[in-house]
Amino acid sequence: MAPEALVASVALIAIALYAVFGGADFGGGVWDVLATGPRRAEARDAIGHAIGPVWETNHVWLIFVIVLLFTCFPPAFAALSTGLYAPLTLGLVGIILRGAAYAFRSSANSEELLSQLWGHVFGIASVIAPFFFGTAVGGLTVGGYAWTSPFAIVVGLLAVALCAQVAAVFLCNETRGLLRADFRIRAIVATFFLAAIGALALAVAYRTSPETFGLLVRPQSIPGVAVAMTLGFVVLGSLAAKRYALARAAVALETTAVLAGWFASQAPYLIPHELTYAQAASPVSTLHAFLWLTLCGSALLVPSLALLFRVFKSGAEPISRL
Amino acid sequence: MGTSLAFHYIFAALGVGLPALLVIVEGLWLRTKDPNYYRLARLWSRALLLLFAIGAVSGTTLSFELGLLWPEFMRRAGSIVGVPFSAEGFAFFIEAIFVGIYLYGWDRLSPRAHWLCSLPVAISGALSAAFVTAVNAWMNTPAGFTVRNGAVVSVDPWAAIFNPATPTEVIHTTLSAYVFAGFATASVYALALRREPANRYFAAGLRVAMLLGAVAIPLQLVVGDVSARFDAHVEPIKLAAMEGQFHTERGAALQIGGLPDASARETRYALRIPYLLSILAFENPQAEVRGLDAFPARDEPVVWPVHLCFDAMVGCGSLLLLIAGWWAVGTRLGTRPLPRGVRPALIASGFLAFVAMEAGWMVTEEGRQPWIATGFLRTADAVTTAPALDLAFYGFSALYLFLATTLAWLLLHLRSDEKAEPPQLSARPQTDGA
Repeated sequence: MAPEALVASVALIAIALYAVFGGADFGGGVWDVLATGPRRAEARDAIGHAIGPVWETNHVWLIFVIVLLFTCFPPAFAALSTGLYAPLTLGLVGIILRGAAYAFRSSANSEELLSQLWGHVFGIASVIAPFFFGTAVGGLTVGGYAWTSPFAIVVGLLAVALCAQVAAVFLCNETRGLLRADFRIRAIVATFFLAAIGALALAVAYRTSPETFGLLVRPQSIPGVAVAMTLGFVVLGSLAAKRYALARAAVALETTAVLAGWFASQAPYLIPHELTYAQAASPVSTLHAFLWLTLCGSALLVPSLALLFRVFKSGAEPISRL
Repeated sequence: MGTSLAFHYIFAALGVGLPALLVIVEGLWLRTKDPNYYRLARLWSRALLLLFAIGAVSGTTLSFELGLLWPEFMRRAGSIVGVPFSAEGFAFFIEAIFVGIYLYGWDRLSPRAHWLCSLPVAISGALSAAFVTAVNAWMNTPAGFTVRNGAVVSVDPWAAIFNPATPTEVIHTTLSAYVFAGFATASVYALALRREPANRYFAAGLRVAMLLGAVAIPLQLVVGDVSARFDAHVEPIKLAAMEGQFHTERGAALQIGGLPDASARETRYALRIPYLLSILAFENPQAEVRGLDAFPARDEPVVWPVHLCFDAMVGCGSLLLLIAGWWAVGTRLGTRPLPRGVRPALIASGFLAFVAMEAGWMVTEEGRQPWIATGFLRTADAVTTAPALDLAFYGFSALYLFLATTLAWLLLHLRSDEKAEPPQLSARPQTDGA
């Protein structure tokens, strides 16, 4: 395997991990905004507790992807950050406000008006960030960095829907009783919603950009899309059967399959018509150093992550506030 | 970018220094069972929650800004400096994981296991600072690559990480974080002691902070001296700007303060100590020190900020050493009450440490201009061509200002919260739900 293909695989894995774990945190914000009904406060508390210890770690996947891009594919990084300047900046504002709002909210007294205000900022910023990152991906896909094109907007919505689905499924695993029943319904609704937006994205591509549509349905893209759709059904089935751990695994794989399908549809281009992975790659010595570093870093990272999730996500009693 | 960096630097420094304080304070609690240390550890971990969150998002902004503002720099240098950035990424990962465990794990881990989790936070925090500083060192003394026809063709990433300036600059910068965190915390507690001189909780906070600061500052001055002598050999133009030295001469005098006038080619009103610069730089009173006139004018930085920031850094650092020495001797390392006069000095020390740190950052950045990476790429050629840059700049500046204000307010609020807590706490950690 060529070193740039290996690095691209590392990128896919890191983006998938960000989409699943970071996406779940953003999705938590989506459900924070949409929280209604008698258990509104409990739902928000559960979301806050689920995110608390892990969101910063999950967020590092994004930093890792950025660093990977500018280390291993510097011309692509320069071109993307210039071409997609606007949506990336807007997404970034979302990220800053989300993180700050979360920290500020959790250190203020929960009855205070200010704390509630930061709670709203947290929710809204959590929707903004994946939406604009989605439009950036959409804009990249249709070419010409057209992040305001109809297709890009639909991809932005798709990203928000995906986050909402992942979060709801994850929260089913972290709540009990009526609250869990609430999130089960939300997860099912979000899955249907996601499927509808996915179909809409294909339709919009077909109408507005036949070339993009052609890429999305060409043979190398089909396996990812098909696997993602199948896993979507597995998510629905396991939610219906209240097999929450299975639903969690399925939704994580589904997200990965969506991204893998997208990567495959774009290959060998990193930026359509402009740069292939091979053209954008750094000298081979840098790629090798990066891959070795990733290997050694992972040897530290994987056990640490395992410890983190074992301490907080092993179904023990909910953690107390700081 | 500058705004983001200056902002990020403060929080990054506290993000490196505060975990070291937590290692000390929780360790002291385990050893002495003094509940004051436990309360301090709980309080400081809440401060870390805020600082780390803001540090993480402002760090993300920076990694994006590298591309948004310096696309040309990243296009040409990404393959070289990316590897230390990637290493920093992993260090940051480990830090984030253990920060999560540390902050939220108070009642999920045994006290000893919990304390052990503070070690990876402190170590990986220092390492991530080290890797980032290695990138900055590379910008000062680029190494580990060959350029053919303007394109980087082969890269030796390890030579890039361990470029000539790396050892001194990395140690100097990491120590600056400990100096700043130590003295900033000390000044907060010295201020609190002014209101309640007999408060043992505040005294404990002051002691822990000064233990860090008093160890870090003498080391820092030694490393700073090594660093300046390194500049004399490897970055002579930066040394000339730092010292306001316009002319090459033997037996050069050390010029303290004054106002470098680049058009008149002299530094006016400075306190001049004959031969001292030659001695400091080359250990020889007759050694030749190259002045700015030894270099092409188009490679010359703007001299006055470099010289004045350098003197501010050295001056504040020396004052801090005096204060730390006075405290260490006067209180027998914090075991006796504060003698008269030390407290106001300690209150001022946080500000001095802040000035020293930011001035030092200005020296290394302004002293390298007009280059973004010495001899490789000029700053003017690296800057972005993206539209609406001003708008984004003012937008981000306003956002940062707002966040910094809120953060500062919350950190101060945190302090008054803690005072309301009952002073008696058992030596075992308990779920206080505060």
